Amino acid sequence: MARIELRNVSKVWDNVVALEPTNLSVADGEFVAVLGPSGCGKSTTLFILAGIYAPSKGEVLFDDQVVNDVEPRDRNIGIVFQSYALYPHMNIRDNIRFPLKFKKTEKEEAMRLVEESAKLVHIEEFLDRKPSQLSGGQQQRVALARALVKEPQLLLLDEPLSNLDATLRMSMRSEIKTLQQRLKITTILVTHDQLEAITMADRIICMSRGKIEQIGSPKDLYENPSSLFVASFIGAPPINLLEGVASQEKLNLNKGSIILNHAHQGKLTLGIRPENIKITKDIQGIKSRVGLVEPMGRETLYVLETTIGELRALVPESAPQWGQGEDIFCQFEKESCLFFDTETEKLVSNLRLVAIE
Amino acid sequence: MSAPSQKHRQVTNFAIFLGPAILLLFLFFIAPVIVDIGISFTDLGRDLQFHKVTTANFERMVTRDSRLTKTLGITFLYVLGTLAFFNVTFGLILSLATTNVPDKLGAFFRSVWLLPRMSPSVVYALMWIWMIDPTERGLINQVLSFAGIPEFDMMNQAPLMLIILVNGFIGASMGMIIFTSAIRSIPEHLFFAARVDGAGFWSIIWYITLPSIRWPLSFITVYQTLSLMVSFEYIWLITNGGPFYDTTVFALYVYKRAFENGQYAYGAALALILVTLGILASLLMWRFMDMKRMLQDPRIEVH
Repeated sequence: MARIELRNVSKVWDNVVALEPTNLSVADGEFVAVLGPSGCGKSTTLFILAGIYAPSKGEVLFDDQVVNDVEPRDRNIGIVFQSYALYPHMNIRDNIRFPLKFKKTEKEEAMRLVEESAKLVHIEEFLDRKPSQLSGGQQQRVALARALVKEPQLLLLDEPLSNLDATLRMSMRSEIKTLQQRLKITTILVTHDQLEAITMADRIICMSRGKIEQIGSPKDLYENPSSLFVASFIGAPPINLLEGVASQEKLNLNKGSIILNHAHQGKLTLGIRPENIKITKDIQGIKSRVGLVEPMGRETLYVLETTIGELRALVPESAPQWGQGEDIFCQFEKESCLFFDTETEKLVSNLRLVAIE
Repeated sequence: MSAPSQKHRQVTNFAIFLGPAILLLFLFFIAPVIVDIGISFTDLGRDLQFHKVTTANFERMVTRDSRLTKTLGITFLYVLGTLAFFNVTFGLILSLATTNVPDKLGAFFRSVWLLPRMSPSVVYALMWIWMIDPTERGLINQVLSFAGIPEFDMMNQAPLMLIILVNGFIGASMGMIIFTSAIRSIPEHLFFAARVDGAGFWSIIWYITLPSIRWPLSFITVYQTLSLMVSFEYIWLITNGGPFYDTTVFALYVYKRAFENGQYAYGAALALILVTLGILASLLMWRFMDMKRMLQDPRIEVH
């Protein structure tokens, strides 16, 4: 198992910056997710860790040893690729055994290890088949077994679940997490799926445009996003964002306004999550009308037309429900309101909502 | 739609889509063979007159043509040598080398290897005639004299090697192009995975690249075998089959008998051997290289 560190690592391809200078450390046995939209530099980071790409600048450290010049094959890592990258002409047994060939493992020992890791991911009955004869989920397991068979010190997962259907994805999520906890391998998962990151990882690294936006626990990122990007990227249904202009303690939003805890000048964006909006009939809060109603099972999503703009509110099944076109009022949970500087897109952390006018 | 008109439709579609191809196939591939068989049973000679129907040509082939077996042997060595050293092996080496260097450099080297293919045959042949000139004017001898090695007359001392070299340097480019595009179509992730799994440069070629281009490899082998068996233009231009008959491959022998000696009927009979050999070679490779499967689906193996 290994402790991973990136020191000022950057990557430039022909004048295009794929990764800005980045610092990062991952503890021994930790499960970290790198989350971001496509093109944000997350896969570049993964391939730099694997040694497939050389960083343009900076140092990569495994257990405090600089490994910049260490070949991928000498890094003792396992990767699961998005495409699984199984060797099409080899059967499953040979696929899983492939890494052991180069470790000079004795044949009987290798066979035992192959069986063992096949059992770990429940594919022992497919060992004599070719990859093309397996379903996506089974191929995914083979890729995992191949990555694990050599007992790597670092496991890298590159969007491993994105080609699976929804049900399978859910069960693989928990399976991978259980496996990781049992084997205690330092694991880095690259994904664009927030649900994957939130459910599996101990810590999430949120990236955008080649830069790390925020690092923190899933709860941290959800409740205290440090920028507009993190706030809007994490959470489904997404956070409500309303743009306005502040002068003194007043923030003008559309046709309405709200009162802040202290004076601010300039453009601000108010962020509030759908579940932090309460709908009532009491004449208190923002005057609204119910637009679309989307039942989602345990909750109902209401699209509200309000004086400060369109809002989405999530109401639990147990709370009173509303009909389309009904006139209602909505209230915000004050401590859940976030304010971002519209220009810099950063959180203005000392601003709070005091009252709605 | 009623059944009869559907049937009619099928017939029309067949005629429209396959008709032209079948017509061409018949005109240029099947008809010549039939004509050839016809001529081989006559005594068509320089006067272009038929006098009688006869099996004399075949009797001569079997009993009196001492040149025949020797020519077949030369053809076998020539085809095997050119394939083994150049058209498959060297083509593969070129494609592996040019896909493992930076893209622009690789493209440059591939273009260089394509040059002989692009230049007119006569120019390429003239260049070789100058290169192998047995006096100190020849390029090879100039290089050799620099190294202090005595002059070398390739045409007379190693004629078979000469025709293999001449055809191989041109022939390798076809394999190179096909193999390069096949290698390019292997998903990058397979190479990444292999590198992470511990494979080095040679292991990657052995375990990943070669198995993935198995089909293009057998295609080139089959195709080039057939094309080498019937082509003789460079041999004709450079050695004209000589010295003596040392580089007279079978196709050239047929040409000489028919068109230089004017024994058209005998040439036609000899050409039948070539046709038979071609069909035999195709059948053998169909059997052993699983060409049937190769011709059915696109066969560059990615899952």
